[in-house]
Amino acid sequence: MGLLEIQRLSLCFGGIVALDKVDMTVQKGELHAVIGPNGAGKTSLFNCLCGIYRPTGGDILLDGKSIAALKPHHIGKLGVARTFQNIELFAQMTVIDNLLLGRHLHMHSGPFSGALFFGKALEEELDNRRKVEEIIDFLEIEKVRKKPVGTLPYGIRKRVELGRALAMDPRILLLDEPVAGMNLEETEDIARFVLDIQEEMGTTIIMVEHDMGVVMDIADRITVLDFGVKIAEGSPVEIQRNPRVILAYLGEEQ
Amino acid sequence: MRSKTFRESYREDIKVFQTLWVKLWLTTFVAFLLSVPLWADPYVIYMINLAGVSVIAAMGLNILTGFTGQISLGHSAFVALGAYTSAILATRLGLPFWLCIPAGGGVAAFFGILLGFPCLRLKGLYLAMATMSFGVVIEYTVTHWESMTMGVRGISMPKASLLGISLGDDARFFYVILAFVLLLTLAAKNLVRTRVGRAFVAIRDRDIAAEVIGVNLTQYKVISFAISSFYGGVAGGLYSYYMGYLHPENFTILLSIEYIAMIIIGGMGSILGAIFGGIFLTVIPDVIKAFAELLGQHLPFLQGRYDEEWNIATFGALIMLFLIVEPTGLNGIWGRIKTCFKNWPFTY
Ligand SMILES: Nc1ncnc2c1ncn2[C@@H]1O[C@H](COP(=O)(O)OP(=O)(O)OP(=O)(O)O)[C@@H](O)[C@H]1O
Ligand SMILES: [Mg+2]
Repeated sequence: MGLLEIQRLSLCFGGIVALDKVDMTVQKGELHAVIGPNGAGKTSLFNCLCGIYRPTGGDILLDGKSIAALKPHHIGKLGVARTFQNIELFAQMTVIDNLLLGRHLHMHSGPFSGALFFGKALEEELDNRRKVEEIIDFLEIEKVRKKPVGTLPYGIRKRVELGRALAMDPRILLLDEPVAGMNLEETEDIARFVLDIQEEMGTTIIMVEHDMGVVMDIADRITVLDFGVKIAEGSPVEIQRNPRVILAYLGEEQ
Repeated sequence: MRSKTFRESYREDIKVFQTLWVKLWLTTFVAFLLSVPLWADPYVIYMINLAGVSVIAAMGLNILTGFTGQISLGHSAFVALGAYTSAILATRLGLPFWLCIPAGGGVAAFFGILLGFPCLRLKGLYLAMATMSFGVVIEYTVTHWESMTMGVRGISMPKASLLGISLGDDARFFYVILAFVLLLTLAAKNLVRTRVGRAFVAIRDRDIAAEVIGVNLTQYKVISFAISSFYGGVAGGLYSYYMGYLHPENFTILLSIEYIAMIIIGGMGSILGAIFGGIFLTVIPDVIKAFAELLGQHLPFLQGRYDEEWNIATFGALIMLFLIVEPTGLNGIWGRIKTCFKNWPFTY
C-alpha cells in the first residue's frame, strides 16, 4: 500500500463535477506528476488533499488513515505541505519571516513565553532561524532574505514559496505548477531543486505541471485527469504513447 | 564553533534595539519621562496619564485589528469590563490596587474569549457589527444593572496604594501608568516578533495559506481576542483608579470609534503606531480647542462656539484624511523621517 491512497474521490460544486471517482496511489519517495488540460480538476485535487475542500465522495488515506475530513492545519501537522498555483505568500513579511512561518508547527512558544522572549522562546527562534537559513542557502535566495516578499520578482517569489513549504519538513510536498510563467533558465533551476528535494531529503512529491518537458524529464509516475476523470496513469513513456491522453490533449485539433 | 557564530549573528538580528545609538536614545527618553512629574505643569501630567491609558487600550485593539485583521467596533466594552471589575472589586470587596488591575484585565480577557468563539466565522462588516453589538450590550448592562454598577449614579473609587504608599496624586500615578505602558509595550513587541505574532499576521494577510502551514485559526483568533481585551481591561482598571469616578457614559460606542481612530491614525499593525495614535488623539481635543479660541479672536462669529462636537467631527475628518492620504498612519510618516535622517546628508 502506498503512502497516500486516493480512493474514488469525488468533488462537486453545485452542478460542476470537479473530480469524478478519482483513484490514485502515491508511493513513498516517488515524484508523481498530475497533468491534464485547464479545468481538469488538478488544483481541486490538491485542495482536497490539504483540507481546503471537503470531498463530496470517496476517501484519502495517509498511512492508511483517512484525512478527508481533517482541517488544513491538522493535515499540515501530519506532514503535508504545498505551494499554490497563484503564489500565496505573506507579502509584507520578509523572506525569513515567511519561512519562519513555515516552521510554525515545529515551534511551540505560546503568547506568554513569546511576550517574555527569554529562554525557551529565544532559543526556539534561534534554532529555527538556523533551519530557515539552511533552506535559504539551498534555494540560493540569500541575497533577498531580509526583503519583504511583495517587492520580489515572480520567479524568486515562487522559490520563496517552495522554501516555506520545505520549512515545514514535509513528508509529502504538493507543488501546484512550480514552473508556470518561468523562462527556461528558471525552469531548469526549479527542476533541479525538485529533484534534489526528492533525492536528498527523501520527500514524496506530487506535482501539477503543464510544462511537459519538465514532467516527462523528472516524474516517476504520471496521472492524467480530464474533466475530473482519471484517464490514464503510468510511467512517462507509457503516458506519451497513451492514445486517450493524446486525444485529450490534441482533441480539439483532430 | 561554526554554529556558535551563526547563533550569535541571528541573536544580533532579532534584537529589538539594533544599535547602541538607539539604546542610548531610548534610555535618555525614558530618563526624561521619569523626570516629567518633577517639573511639569499638573495639567500636562494629567494629559500624559490619560494618553498612557489610551496607548494601552489602543495597543490591545491594534493586536486584534491591526495585526490579526479582525475588526472590532466593541473595544470600549473591554475597557468598561476592566474598569467596572476593578471598581467593584475595590469598593465591595476592598481588594487592593495590585490585584484589581490584573483582575480587570482577566475578566475582560475572559469575555474576549467568549466573544471570540461565536465571531470565528465572521469577517469584515459582519464582525464589525457583532463586536459593536457586544459593545452596546455591555454599555446597556453597566447602565442598568444598578445593584452591581450603581448605574448612572456612578461609582466613586478609593485611592490606589501600593505597599502602604498612596498613589493618589497625579504625579505618583504617572509612574504607575508609565510602568504599565513600558511593560505592556515590551510584551506586545516581543509577542508580535515571535511565533504567535507571525501567526496573527499570517491570518490577517492570507488565512487559507496560514491554515495550510499549520496555523490553527480558531485557536489563534481566540488568543488574539483574549490578549486584545486583556490590554483593554488593564487600561480600564487604570482609568477607573486614576479618574476616581466611573460613569457608564464614559464607555459608549464613541469610545470604540476613538480607539479605531487611534490605530488608523497611529498606524495599523504597528506597536509604535498605537503609541503615536493614543497620544495624538488624547491631545488633539486641546489642540482643536486652542485653535478654535485663536480663530475666535479673529473671527467674531466663531467666538465661544467651541464644544465637544468639534472633537468628534475632527476625529472623523482625521480618519478620512489618513485613510486616503497616509494609510500607514503616523508610524509610516515616522518611518520616512527616520530613513531621511539615516541617509542624511545624502538626501535626494
Ligand atoms: N471554489 C470553486 N467553486 C466552484 N467551482 C470551482 C471551484 N474550484 C474549482 N472549480 C471548478 O472545478 C473545475 C476544476 O478546477 P481546477 O482549478 O481544479 O482545475 P485545474 O486542473 O487546476 O486547472 P488549471 O490548469 O487551469 O489550473 C473547474 O471547472 C472550476 O471552475
Ligand atoms: Mg490549477
